[in-house]
Amino acid sequence: MAVDNVAVAPVDEGFWTRTRKVGLVLTALGLLAAVLFGALATDQQARFTLSEDAAGAALAVNGTLGAILFGVVALAAGVAMLAGLPKRWFTLVLTAGLVGFVLSFLCWQVSAAPAGQNFMPLVNVVRGTFILALPLIFGALAGVLCERSGVVNVAIEGQLLMGAFSGALFGSITGNVWVGLVAAAIGGAFISLLLAVFAIRYLVDQVVMGIVLNLLAVGVTGFLYERLMQTDAERYNSAPRFSSWEIPLLSDIPLIGPALFRGNIFLYLGLLLVLVIHIALFRTRWGLRTRSVGEHPTAADTLGVKVLRLRYRNVLLAGVVAGIGGASYTLALFSFTKNMIGGKGFIALAALIFGRWSPTGALLAALFFGFADQLATYLGAINSTIPSQFLAMLPYLATILAVAGLVGKVRAPAADGKPYIKG
Amino acid sequence: MTNPNPGSPDKEPATEAQAAQNALGNAERAETATTPKQPTPEGRPSLGRLFLDNLWAANTFTVTVLSLVLAMVVGAILMIVSDPEVLATYSYITARPSDAINSSWTLVSEAYGNLFKGAVFDPDAVGFTAALSPISETLTYTAPLVFTGLSVALAFRGGLFNIGAQGQATMGVILAALAGFLLPLPPGLHLLVAVLAGALGGAIWGFIPGILKARTGAHEVINTIMLNYIATYFLTWIIVQNGIQDPNRTDAISKPVDASAQLPRLLGDNLRVHAGIILAVLATWAVAWLLNRSTLGFELRAVGANPDAARTAGISVTRTYILIMVFAGVLAGLGGSQMVLGTTAAALTPLVVAQIGFDGILVALLGRVKPWGVALAALLFGALQAGGNRMQSYSGISLELVTVLQALIVIFIAAPALVKAIFQLRAARAARLQTSLAKGW
Repeated sequence: MAVDNVAVAPVDEGFWTRTRKVGLVLTALGLLAAVLFGALATDQQARFTLSEDAAGAALAVNGTLGAILFGVVALAAGVAMLAGLPKRWFTLVLTAGLVGFVLSFLCWQVSAAPAGQNFMPLVNVVRGTFILALPLIFGALAGVLCERSGVVNVAIEGQLLMGAFSGALFGSITGNVWVGLVAAAIGGAFISLLLAVFAIRYLVDQVVMGIVLNLLAVGVTGFLYERLMQTDAERYNSAPRFSSWEIPLLSDIPLIGPALFRGNIFLYLGLLLVLVIHIALFRTRWGLRTRSVGEHPTAADTLGVKVLRLRYRNVLLAGVVAGIGGASYTLALFSFTKNMIGGKGFIALAALIFGRWSPTGALLAALFFGFADQLATYLGAINSTIPSQFLAMLPYLATILAVAGLVGKVRAPAADGKPYIKG
Repeated sequence: MTNPNPGSPDKEPATEAQAAQNALGNAERAETATTPKQPTPEGRPSLGRLFLDNLWAANTFTVTVLSLVLAMVVGAILMIVSDPEVLATYSYITARPSDAINSSWTLVSEAYGNLFKGAVFDPDAVGFTAALSPISETLTYTAPLVFTGLSVALAFRGGLFNIGAQGQATMGVILAALAGFLLPLPPGLHLLVAVLAGALGGAIWGFIPGILKARTGAHEVINTIMLNYIATYFLTWIIVQNGIQDPNRTDAISKPVDASAQLPRLLGDNLRVHAGIILAVLATWAVAWLLNRSTLGFELRAVGANPDAARTAGISVTRTYILIMVFAGVLAGLGGSQMVLGTTAAALTPLVVAQIGFDGILVALLGRVKPWGVALAALLFGALQAGGNRMQSYSGISLELVTVLQALIVIFIAAPALVKAIFQLRAARAARLQTSLAKGW
């Protein structure tokens, strides 16, 4: 947070600690779940099947009972927090409370679904969550790389879009999926290069530059799409696609097997990157330098770290990662369409912030947002009364709550967004 | 470029000339010898001399014009590389260079010619309506951009980056449309209520990040980005609700706004320009007055320049932050309301707001975050938009090129050092964009 905000934010002391505030919210949610969801749920069985359809092993619970029971779990977690829970239990109890709330909600929704559809295929849900979270993971990792070294990356959307576009274009022209992948990485890096040059060399405000680059990417890809891809889709917009790779043995694990070990290269790459960047950031020399440049560039410079060079390198690397994330659309799922990223880059930004600028946090946040997205699809399929638009708002609302300090302290790297001028 | 804001911290022309003179002294150019020596440092050179010196110096006006030129060059390159026929002539460019040059010239000149004809004047047009049509289109597109541009610029001056103009405009358009077809009111009053409803929608959406910034320190950039999307989803939800959706349609479109709530057309029924442009000029004047002449404007600029110093001086920073965002929201909401009360559309659709909020950011930057600068920048963007429509239908050049041009212009003006280096401009005061910005989350 910028320095001027510190004085504005009230110091949170006294009876209403953060735990108690969160507890209050959670208690209200639990009450809502137990009473409202419980009342609205039907006596149908809510079945959570471990397969892709209604058949097979399932966890079944009476709708009303489940909704009330899980609501009470959330309520209990909230009350425990209000009673003054020790700090070390905070995350655990909060998680339990939120999971209880979500399960209560699901019990209501599944039991109230039209007859014959009172089941939720968990395999589909988990796999859909990962598929929808994938571009967010790549995008958020791109954000981590940039912002940990002190360059705000609002251009994630543009990087994803450019990656998707150049992956589709060059994959189609050459007919080679690997060429497409490399082209996508270069496309993302191109937007990054512009961001780096203008933010680091010309000291243009980084948020401004990010916004403008997003528009530039939308414009350039949209323009070339109409000129090339729409006139000759056969030649310019029919990229080959990566097929799924099934990992033997592991893919037979129930539930997570089909979701995690029957994916395409992007799924494995994404998860691997989370691990690699996490280790690199917190266990290697590069990581220490990156973090120090993001927190206190002057000190890092004094110790001989080449601040600007490191920033250039990280921003370019971020573009590569985001570009590959963009290709996870065009080289695996769909052919390119105008503005196909459609705001995912900004959800990735939200995931980055919600995940507190750490790779693992970003992964969890991305999965959470992916789950919300998948849930919206599922609820649409069972004709739920909950409008899908409100579920789609969830990532953004969650981020606002997080930034406002309601769900924990969110703090950006200290030098994030501040150009470094040696001297 | 005239300086429309006497109260702004901009340097006066005299110091500007001084800087140019100093730069001349440093760079040992041939022309330095012919420059008459200034007897005293305070002495003013003649007006003509001043003009010439400044013409090729990196002042705001020159940088803006050259940015436009650079953007159009890049746009031309994009047109050429995306045209297979023209590109084919480049394969034998060494044998017959005239082919490549001619075909490229034809393509580019025709496209930009249509851009000009669609935005300013078409020499082939016959009759009053046809001759005024380009200007009318330009002004129609300009009006909402003035509002969103002012919204972003006002917040900038107070040290806040309002990326949320899009969301505020979205809430504005929703409330304006609801007031426009749900309330049975007499003409005149109905329009007033609808416009105010639009302002209210924007104000609410500006108040949220404002109070969060003031009370918790949550960064307005993050919150306004998130609120943009929340507003967009709210719009797509509300359109299809009973009583709002057009009962005769199955797709996502609302009932049309009553005629009594629509802004009157200015030049007859065949030209789209409406009273929104007059409101835009009034709003520009009002914001200029607010910023430069009012107590609130002074406080706002003080907070923008240095919040700590402002607090020490007794200005309530939290109150100012909230007010800034509410005012910014009002402006963006007014801009949004024109999207249904004006002539571009009469009913809510998911894309009714177009890009006016994001374009407003570019407009504010291009206008150097000064009210009258913003109005001029909006005029340029409106012209590009209007001309882009004609370019698309006559030359088959996609409207997306206009987005590219707009983004490129702003990239170039945001980095005056780059433009300076490309054109070897003399040093003068750099276009001052970085002030009060350049801070992180």
